[in-house]
Order: sequence, then C-alpha cells, then structure tokens
Amino acid sequence: MADTATIEKVSIIVSKGSLEGIYPALIMANGARAEGIEADLFFTFFGLDAITKTRWEHIKLATVGNPGLHLPTLLGGLPGVPDLVTRYMERKMDKLDIPPIPEFLEMIADTGAGIYACKASVDLFELAKDDLIEQVQDIITVGEFYERAAGSQIIYT
Amino acid sequence: MSTATYDDNAVPVDDEGFFTEPDRWTEAMAEQIACEAGIEELTERHWTVIRFMREQYAAKGTGPTVRVLGKTSGVTVKELYQLFPKGPAKTAAKIAGIPKPRGCI
Repeated sequence: MADTATIEKVSIIVSKGSLEGIYPALIMANGARAEGIEADLFFTFFGLDAITKTRWEHIKLATVGNPGLHLPTLLGGLPGVPDLVTRYMERKMDKLDIPPIPEFLEMIADTGAGIYACKASVDLFELAKDDLIEQVQDIITVGEFYERAAGSQIIYT
Repeated sequence: MSTATYDDNAVPVDDEGFFTEPDRWTEAMAEQIACEAGIEELTERHWTVIRFMREQYAAKGTGPTVRVLGKTSGVTVKELYQLFPKGPAKTAAKIAGIPKPRGCI
C-alpha cells in the first residue's frame, strides 16, 4: 500500500468568464478535494462572473472565436446561437450529473475549498463584497494569493 | 495483487489498499481499516455512509462519488468532509471494503 500522493494542495486561477473557461476549474478543484488534496480557487478578471450574484447563473459558452466548437464563426455570432448552444451543453452536463455553476460552487465551498476574488478585478468592475456570492471567503490581492498558494501547485485555466 | 490482514483474515487488496473481493469484507474489519486511513473512531454517522457505500456497490457495481453521496446518502457534503477529511468517497469505499469509485464530479 504505497502512498503515492505527492500533490498536497492546488491553487486554481480562473480568469475566463465563459462556460468552458469556468467548468474545468470547478471540476479540478472539486476533484482535488475528493482526493483529499487542499484546494483554493482564485477568480480574476472575467472569471469573476462565476462568483458575481447577477452573473453566475448566466454564464455562456463562447460560440465566437472558439475553434473547439467546430461551428462557423458567422453562425456562432447569430442572435440566440450562444444561448442555444449553452442550453444544449447544459443539458448534456445535467445528464452526466454535472451541477449548474451556482450549485457546483456551493458544493465546492462545502468541501472546504477556499473561494477568493481578485481585488484588482473587483475594483476594475466596480464591484463590492455584497455583489459576490456568500461562498466567497475574501477579496484578496495578488500578493495575498501567492501567500496562500505557498507550497501548492498553481493551475491557470 | 497484495493482501492485507484485518480481523485475523488475509484479504486481497489492490495497490492502493482497496478490496478487490468485497464479499470478503466484514463489519468487524472496518474499525481497523478506518484506523489505517487516519480515522480514529467510527461513529454512527460514519456507519451511515459506509453502509450506503455497500448498498450502492451491491446495486450498481460501483461506489458512489461525493456528489451522489451528498445528494442521496442523507449526509451532506459538508459533513462528509468532516467525517472523512481525506476524501469522503475514496476513504469510505476503502473502509466499506469495495473498490475505489471512479468519477470526476
């Protein structure tokens, strides 16, 4: 029974506000906790949308400038297409029991992972602590993020 | 394939210590496996989870993930992590004598 675990802690930076930018970070943070690995999430720039009350239920999949979607850019830019593709993706994820972003973040907070907002981004978007979901532990500076991240693997998504 | 000895019985386990033959598990072994996993005492709440793991394995052939546990075992995600700090699904599966559950959520 060799103890093969070598990663003790991960600090995941979320900088994108698209569905495909946010989910991988949430899945990796939750998965880390499931393995007994400590995890912190640091939301910066548009990643902040995921933890902003007025926005966290309206995250969309990028249908323009997303070659992974294999959809002509012009088509992706038509009105209604981002919503349609997002709903399609959400239905697929629901079948796999992947929770919607609000429920997922609540679950991740319950696992004991830390959820932090970037101070520079909060200032940039003129937000306050009250605009952010209650699971956010603190608004911290980059310096404070690095302090918290000491000894961890830093993952940028 | 290696073996581990619990309650004076040698049982086959995989490289990470998970039972490969869940039928060989008995409740008497749980306390000792838990101790090896860093849990000093199994409370009734631990047992709720352990029994649920075995039921799910018997019904579905695989152990539940943390998400499923939180939704259906009657123990919340928060409490699951208090009971099994090193990862609820994995630790409970080991103590319950079933193979390691696989899942990303």
